[in-house]
Amino acid sequence: MIKRDLVIVGGGPAGLCAAKVALDAGMSVTLVERFNRLGGQLIKQTHKFFGSESQYAKTRGYDIAEILIKELDGYGDLEVLLEATCVGLYPDKVLTIYQDNHYFKYQGKSVIIATGASEKVLAFENNDLPGIYGAGAVQTLMNIYGIKPGSEVVMVGSGNIGLIVSYQLIQAGIKVKCLVEAASKIGGYLVHASKLKRLGVDILMNTTIKRAIGKEKLEKIVTVKLDENWQEIKNTETEIKTDALCISVGLSPLHQLMSMAGAKMLDVSELGGLVPKKTCDYETTIEHVYACGDVTGIEEASSAMVEGRIAGLMAAKHLGFKHPKAFELEETLNNQLCVLRQGPCGEKIRCGLKKAGEIND
Amino acid sequence: MIEKTAVPDKNQIKSRFPSKKVLIRPKAIIECYTEIPCNPCETSCPFDAITIGEDINKIPTIDFDKCTGCGICVYSCPGLAIMNVMIKNGKAYFKIAYELLPLPKVDEKWLAINRHGDEIATCKIEQVMPPKKTNNKTALITVSVEQPYLYDFVTIRRAHE
Repeated sequence: MIKRDLVIVGGGPAGLCAAKVALDAGMSVTLVERFNRLGGQLIKQTHKFFGSESQYAKTRGYDIAEILIKELDGYGDLEVLLEATCVGLYPDKVLTIYQDNHYFKYQGKSVIIATGASEKVLAFENNDLPGIYGAGAVQTLMNIYGIKPGSEVVMVGSGNIGLIVSYQLIQAGIKVKCLVEAASKIGGYLVHASKLKRLGVDILMNTTIKRAIGKEKLEKIVTVKLDENWQEIKNTETEIKTDALCISVGLSPLHQLMSMAGAKMLDVSELGGLVPKKTCDYETTIEHVYACGDVTGIEEASSAMVEGRIAGLMAAKHLGFKHPKAFELEETLNNQLCVLRQGPCGEKIRCGLKKAGEIND
Repeated sequence: MIEKTAVPDKNQIKSRFPSKKVLIRPKAIIECYTEIPCNPCETSCPFDAITIGEDINKIPTIDFDKCTGCGICVYSCPGLAIMNVMIKNGKAYFKIAYELLPLPKVDEKWLAINRHGDEIATCKIEQVMPPKKTNNKTALITVSVEQPYLYDFVTIRRAHE
């Protein structure tokens, strides 16, 4: 068994930021990443980020990944495991890591879970036809492997991911036929939606997918209008010809490792589903096991980076490792999170965190 | 309505413009209509013309006396919600951020597009600052259209698409 001060599961924005702070505090760190490179979802994000300078605003996502990865250069006490999946977490902070057909046992004096989230799916007839993708898969094909997911795409969902991926599709030379949204308001930032409108994309509100049609692969979809109670309105079915459908209807925290370890979990819809109960130090109900980023509640990558830094700082602090700037950093980071969440866009997450707190009490 | 259509109405658009007299020099028009956590326009402005404040969710305000129309906020805005506007000899000159390929070439005629995505006129490409120059993969394109389209023009589209 390999023993480390800290094992971080997940090499996305939260995990990378946690690693940097923990290394600065003098911890030995193992960073476990399932993909063949670090960066998580950032490596597919071609848009300029929102937020403020401390979260690399106006820098494109893949450039932020580069910055965060580069920050980890030169630390002797960092081990990065790529194409390594953490398949087990136990209450004594033992982790089973699967890599290259072998299982390895690690034990961390502390563990940070930064596994992120997975995409939600939508139930409709024939939703398993080839040509029907999640928005994450479309981004992976397009922005990592340079493969067009189709010649025409219908997007489902007007959250930031749906809006941004539609824009990326157009940049890749793919026609976005329309974007459908079941709710009566656009979910994401209006500036993103305005970008699509001016490029000629129709945004259809109160509309959802009824079924997909195709023999070998997707050929057509049928949309239907919804009333204010989310019920289908009769005789509003419309056929749209398309060879790709991209579904972007939200994310669920990847909570499985913490559930497995027996950490107390809470079901908070505003946070995206099952999330670990945690203290304001990001510690779960298992001592020295922390969670940060989307796994604790679905938010933007900007917040995930800040949360990662706090979790790294707390993991160090609770084991007696002294970060040179621990005191200022803790205050600055908590303040950054407050600022990111204090506007109307932060209402959902504020409400979710409050609920999680109320359940704690 | 903008929450449903993503298109601001004429009054909302006009509220972001200074008087036409002020537009004899280029000024940044900031079309950020809802509060989001974002402040690169403020922090990138070398002349302190744009203010958001400590709460980065607030909508930016601009001091047109300080704005020189330098264009830095135009390519810094992650929402592509800022353009420079100037009026000269009956024409409106727009400097817009453009993130599609191919890039237009100077003197080409492209279509002028409004906020609904509809063609409204043709426009002339006056200047192209390639992404290399702005250093963040955003090109800055200066175009001229007839002045009556001042409040309608928002982007360009290749003529034969």
